[in-house]
Amino acid sequence: MRIILHIWRQKHRDAPGKMVRYEVEDVNPHMSFLEMLDVLNERLIERGDEPVVFDHDCREGICGSCGFVINGIPHGPLRGTTVCQLHMRHFKDGDELYLEPWRARAFPVIRDLMVDRSAFDRIIAAGGFISVPTGSAPDGNAIPIPKEVAELAMDAAACIGCGACVAACPNASAMLFTGAKISHLGLLPQGQPEREQRAIAMVAQMQAEGFGACTNVAECEAVCPKNIKIENIARMFRDFITASWTRRPPVERLGGAG
Amino acid sequence: MGTVDLDPKVPPGPLAEKWDHHRFSVKLVNPANRRRFTVIVVGSGLAGASAAATLGELGYRVELVTFHDSPRRAHSIAAQGGINAAKNYRNDGDSIQRLFYDTIKGGDYRSREANVYRLAQVSVEIIDQCVAQGVPFAREYGGLLDNRSFGGAQVSRTFYARGQTGQQLLLGAYQALARQITAGTVRLWNRTEMLDLVVHDGRAVGIIARDLVTGELRRFSGHAVVLATGGYGNVFFLSTNAKASNATAVWRAHRRGALFANPCFTQIHPTCIPASDEFQSKLTLMSESLRNDGRIWVPLKKGDKRPPNEIPEEERDYYLERRYPSYGNLAPRDISSRAAKMVCDEGRGVGETGYGVYLDFSEAIRRLGRRTIEERYGNLFEMYERITGEDPYTQPMRIYPATHYTMGGLWVDYRLMSTIPGLFVAGEANFSDHGANRLGASALMQGLADGYFILPYTVGDYLASTKLDRVRPDHPACREAEESVRRITARLLAIKGRRTVDTFHRELGKIMWEYCGMARNARGLEHALSKIPELRQQFWEDVRVPGENEEVNQSLEKAGRVADFLELAELMCLDALERDESCGGHFREEHQTEDGEAVRDDERFCHVAAWQYQGPDQRPIRHIEPLEFKYVIPTVRSYK
Ligand SMILES: Cc1cc2nc3c(=O)[nH]c(=O)nc-3n(C[C@H](O)[C@H](O)[C@H](O)COP(=O)(O)OP(=O)(O)OC[C@H]3O[C@@H](n4cnc5c(N)ncnc54)[C@H](O)[C@@H]3O)c2cc1C
Ligand code: SF4
Ligand code: FES
Repeated sequence: MRIILHIWRQKHRDAPGKMVRYEVEDVNPHMSFLEMLDVLNERLIERGDEPVVFDHDCREGICGSCGFVINGIPHGPLRGTTVCQLHMRHFKDGDELYLEPWRARAFPVIRDLMVDRSAFDRIIAAGGFISVPTGSAPDGNAIPIPKEVAELAMDAAACIGCGACVAACPNASAMLFTGAKISHLGLLPQGQPEREQRAIAMVAQMQAEGFGACTNVAECEAVCPKNIKIENIARMFRDFITASWTRRPPVERLGGAG
Repeated sequence: MGTVDLDPKVPPGPLAEKWDHHRFSVKLVNPANRRRFTVIVVGSGLAGASAAATLGELGYRVELVTFHDSPRRAHSIAAQGGINAAKNYRNDGDSIQRLFYDTIKGGDYRSREANVYRLAQVSVEIIDQCVAQGVPFAREYGGLLDNRSFGGAQVSRTFYARGQTGQQLLLGAYQALARQITAGTVRLWNRTEMLDLVVHDGRAVGIIARDLVTGELRRFSGHAVVLATGGYGNVFFLSTNAKASNATAVWRAHRRGALFANPCFTQIHPTCIPASDEFQSKLTLMSESLRNDGRIWVPLKKGDKRPPNEIPEEERDYYLERRYPSYGNLAPRDISSRAAKMVCDEGRGVGETGYGVYLDFSEAIRRLGRRTIEERYGNLFEMYERITGEDPYTQPMRIYPATHYTMGGLWVDYRLMSTIPGLFVAGEANFSDHGANRLGASALMQGLADGYFILPYTVGDYLASTKLDRVRPDHPACREAEESVRRITARLLAIKGRRTVDTFHRELGKIMWEYCGMARNARGLEHALSKIPELRQQFWEDVRVPGENEEVNQSLEKAGRVADFLELAELMCLDALERDESCGGHFREEHQTEDGEAVRDDERFCHVAAWQYQGPDQRPIRHIEPLEFKYVIPTVRSYK
């Protein structure tokens, strides 16, 4: 097959970018999309050009490194699939494809299709954890967790932090990502003590990073490669609202105990 | 280079009391003093993230360096099947002693008893810790933790979170780490790649790292350095490892004096999706847990090209069940892999290339129903279908072995300290616990054991018991190391040859797979040992690295890593040649029984081989650490 690509090229964060046209001949339908880009890059290097920069690592749809927009859709046309797991058999000879990086204020472009998603790490650092220092845990079976609850938590925990939800959202909202973590931990008994504090802190960080609000467009759910459901956003709202109405100021830790 | 001390420093006393004894004998750092110590942790996989988080909780200052854009992307995220622990929740006869025994036996008697016993001991705490962090392990209807069994074990001791166990464990460790970042004990340096180790007065005191966005070199100085940088399976180019996994951190530490142990011990995983063509960029693992319910077979007749569903039962050869009746499809990885190679070499392989065997679920689906299978393996089946375009619910999967894990790594003593004082090595990057073959679900266990439960004691002990002056970043040792990195980069960029980095990497991979893969022999290894230096020379004359240092330059990153693989590959072949026996994943064709089983030589090779670097293109020196077995008597490993 022959595929025509228009790819966003931008040398660094502050440089202007533009779409550049490339043709890739002899594309094998069994190739993954990234293998097709590997081939393009090898040819670019051979003819003295600079290869296209994109993030990737596991190529198994689990690390969340990869991701760009293909013809307006984050991760491309196949539902529930990261771009590294998208195969060329889903395209036709002569297809013309437009590849662009995630576009969001909170995800500045680093180069070409590579963006800076460290805002996600900061949202997790704000409260996306259970405070349990190493060594202080009770036996793993001390607290039984109903299977359905564990499964629901796992559904939410499956988020790979790729950022497609943000890229798909007209408001560049990060609520699917944030909601998934708040749900994962908030559904489990171990996550209860910090549940309200967590929702407040993570939502605040999300806003501070410049992500937009949710207006129920649900594009995020449609593009999420891990099928994270928007019900997670509802859970986040519930925790956030309960917390904002009922929470007293945090209890200051008093010294002098020892 | 001074004399080499390969004393493993195993604590005295009975096996079961050694770790307690050690924990009691370590020197402690006063909590108020801990923040005066800086520990540099390289790597944010299970081993690195858990170590950094725990050291941070204790109050040390931690600099965490990873080349990934986020700690959560480390290769550990891709582990599918599960993590072992001797909880014996099933009451099926498991115990610390049995996990210890299985691991020693699985490793074909080439690991250190004391380390392995400790691993089995702390395994139980790992599960508790992870559950408390919110890791959503699979549960039964009663709400208790579920288990499955894995290759090389007859008990069910593997905990799992769907087919995403590594992901969930890593997210647990990453969240603990994130909490410490907020607490200010850990500083995160993402998109930053370590390119050299700084050694001063014989101690590890810092690293040099490149900012992968700006190209700027940064000097880190500290009181101790922990390398948790993963394995080197990508030396084969095609492997199940993530694309960016590489050996640069350990290799550069090796060049600075850390001994490299058992480099030839690599693991070939039996259940991967077969390679299809030249463009193939990596191989995908199908978790071994599938072997719980899938049956492996090939046609009885050579060249039988009928579709699998048309081959009647009596014309199929379930060769693992036939050859290993008691373990059957759950025979250990090295044995299963070689058995697959054997039937394919006989011309009975399936698929277009003839290098594949069937993994068939039809019977399990009939017995348990499609829903149960979906629940157990749904995401793996989906992944298979996505890659191959075939539906494993209606036709058997095709699988073939692929490079997966490296048991070899930097030599460490009982405290996980390398031969350079102050340099600790954890996770897949060290050689410690798996001998010549790792059992399934034991790498996650080891990474977390090292990071959560072992390093926090042993690093503290080192800091408390050693008089350490902090070397500042402007110290001559740091400047010298930085200069050396600068020279390598400049040299790579200046070659401006004709061939891309990947073409060299692929070529190296082919040599390694052919001569240092599933089966090895002296002639082949000698051939590889003449080929690799030639290829290395061509690389340094003809590689083309476009662009500059002062920008995102993925070709430059790859070039440095491949340059190191080109050296490490030679050491692997040398080690494989010198180890003139078969054991675990290291199969020397000269040493096998009539029916193709490995033959160990305990007289001559019951030891760890640890190699000392002697300079570019110089033959390294082979040292040995003898292995003593006091609690498990080495026997012929039998899974029949
Ligand atoms: C597909 C697959 C499935 C697996 N499934 C299982 C399983 O089910 N059970 C099991 O027990 N094991 C499994 N394993 C093995 C297991 O996943 C690994 O051995 C383990 O996760 C390694 O963890 P680690 O922390 O040592 O290293 P990694 O997770 O590889 O992390 C390495 C870290 O080091 C960093 N790094 C490396 N070099 C540098 C450098 N120079 N500078 C800066 N940073 C650097 C990386 O950024 C990364 O953060 C599997 C492996 C594969 C490939
Ligand atoms: S919610 Fe889905 S789209 Fe968003 S980061 Fe997670 S996996 Fe990606
Ligand atoms: S490369 Fe890891 S999810 Fe695509």
